Amino acid sequence: MTKVVDRKPLTFYERTYLPTLLEGLKVTARHFMRSVKGGNAALQLGDGYYPEVPWQVAEGYRGAPYLVRDQDGNTKCVSCQLCEFVCPPKAIRITPPGADGVPADRPNAEKMPREFEINMLRCIFCGLCQEVCPEEAIFLQKHYSLTGLTREEMIYDKERLLQLGGVHAGIQKWKHKLEEAREQDTFPVKTD
Amino acid sequence: MLDQLISDPTVRFVAFGTLKILVVFGVLMTFVAYAVLVERKLSALIQDRVGPNRTAPPLVLKIPVLGKLLQGWGIFQPMADGVKFFLKEDFTPDYVRKVYFWIAPAITVIPALLTIAVIPFGSRLGGEPMVIADLNVGILYTFGIVSLGVYGIVLAGWSSNSKYPFLGGIRSSAQMISYELAMGMSVVSVVLVTGDLNLGKIVEFQAAHGWLVFYQPLAFVIFLVSAFAETNRLPFDLPESESELVGGYHTEYSSMKFALFFMGEYANMIASAAMMVTLFFGGWSLPFVGAPAGTWLGGLLHIGIFLAKMIVLVLVFIWVRWMLPRFRYDQLMDLGWRRFIPLALANIVVTALVLAALKS
Repeated sequence: MTKVVDRKPLTFYERTYLPTLLEGLKVTARHFMRSVKGGNAALQLGDGYYPEVPWQVAEGYRGAPYLVRDQDGNTKCVSCQLCEFVCPPKAIRITPPGADGVPADRPNAEKMPREFEINMLRCIFCGLCQEVCPEEAIFLQKHYSLTGLTREEMIYDKERLLQLGGVHAGIQKWKHKLEEAREQDTFPVKTD
Repeated sequence: MLDQLISDPTVRFVAFGTLKILVVFGVLMTFVAYAVLVERKLSALIQDRVGPNRTAPPLVLKIPVLGKLLQGWGIFQPMADGVKFFLKEDFTPDYVRKVYFWIAPAITVIPALLTIAVIPFGSRLGGEPMVIADLNVGILYTFGIVSLGVYGIVLAGWSSNSKYPFLGGIRSSAQMISYELAMGMSVVSVVLVTGDLNLGKIVEFQAAHGWLVFYQPLAFVIFLVSAFAETNRLPFDLPESESELVGGYHTEYSSMKFALFFMGEYANMIASAAMMVTLFFGGWSLPFVGAPAGTWLGGLLHIGIFLAKMIVLVLVFIWVRWMLPRFRYDQLMDLGWRRFIPLALANIVVTALVLAALKS
């Protein structure tokens, strides 16, 4: 069903274009005065302009995705390749360790990636990798100004991602699994 | 020998004429460059941005407080822009009509510069009238020259041989021709009041009887709006329309040829501001310093008054650009043909009747 929007005919005063002019003048004058008094965002958030004073990003900002370590300094990623699969621009490339590769650097985790690369030129900062990760091993962080002199330089490898990512003090799924398993071993079997 | 040369009227005319041309041209170009800066700075402030605040020649920052301030105001930006325009690649696409493509920017700038010639920018300075060419048909000359300006834009649009410039060129020809009518007619009523076509005489009339904007407010409004249309400024910048025509008639231009269009636009703006000051705001006169100056100081003061008024009007031009959205093409034509031309005609008739009634 079509809905007819009732448009009021303009009054003569409105058709002279004067109210629009006055309104425009009011809006622009207000913004002008605010800017003259130093009301622009750069001055209010920091005390200078962008290249010298970095821009303050808000909480929850979606910047570049980096890998994180857990509290014990272990790689959280288990090379499941879900992020690689979900990544819309195909920016992530994971090389799994293979059958006889290096074991994970923490007990009870099956494996960790041999190589983990994110091409920051392709990445669109969508956050699907973070969303899909079952291990909470990859997070979009606050970096927004990524620069490099070559294309190769913009492909971040595992070491670089881990170093930039820092430590994430979140859940430690595998640690708890291990504790559970150990408890299983030492579980005192009750014998009446 | 030298005294004889100076007292010779021909030598005097040539010498002072050349001097005035050079000075006016220099001042005009400076105004154009800084009008661009003011435009950028003002737009930035209106849009909650910062505007150019980086450019500074090497040693300027060494000056204590002042250097930083000048940098912040972007005082050196026009120079950087100028250098940039000269150093950019002057690219001529393969598919353009070369001759017209090359001529068009010049045809746009020249009329804007020529209109300045008849504008009395001051009363007298050391016995010399402060106008380059004291024509008795000043207004007619201005309108004749201004209408040439459209050729530059139309030629640019056509010779570029691509669709957006072409559309821009077509629009500008229709727009400028229609608004020229309204503009010319609004001036007719001014001429009726003053009874003279010489711009200097018009200013002297206003110095004696008060500003014409009070006698002819309607003519002023029509002239102002038409001036916006004639100079392709928002809200009537349809030939340019960055959002629909990617720059309109100057899409295919680069480097200094583009800069000429740019300078032409601003020079036009300044010229029409100067024209409005002359026609409606009493030129170099203020209500309390009316008579042509006898002293050097008075002469300089008059030039200062003229420039101050002109700057205010240029600021109005710039401010309006950031205040109003662009008109639709049919609205523009409607406003020109169905509102302003009848209004201007009515204004002429009423003015003539009132003048006749006052005389009898």
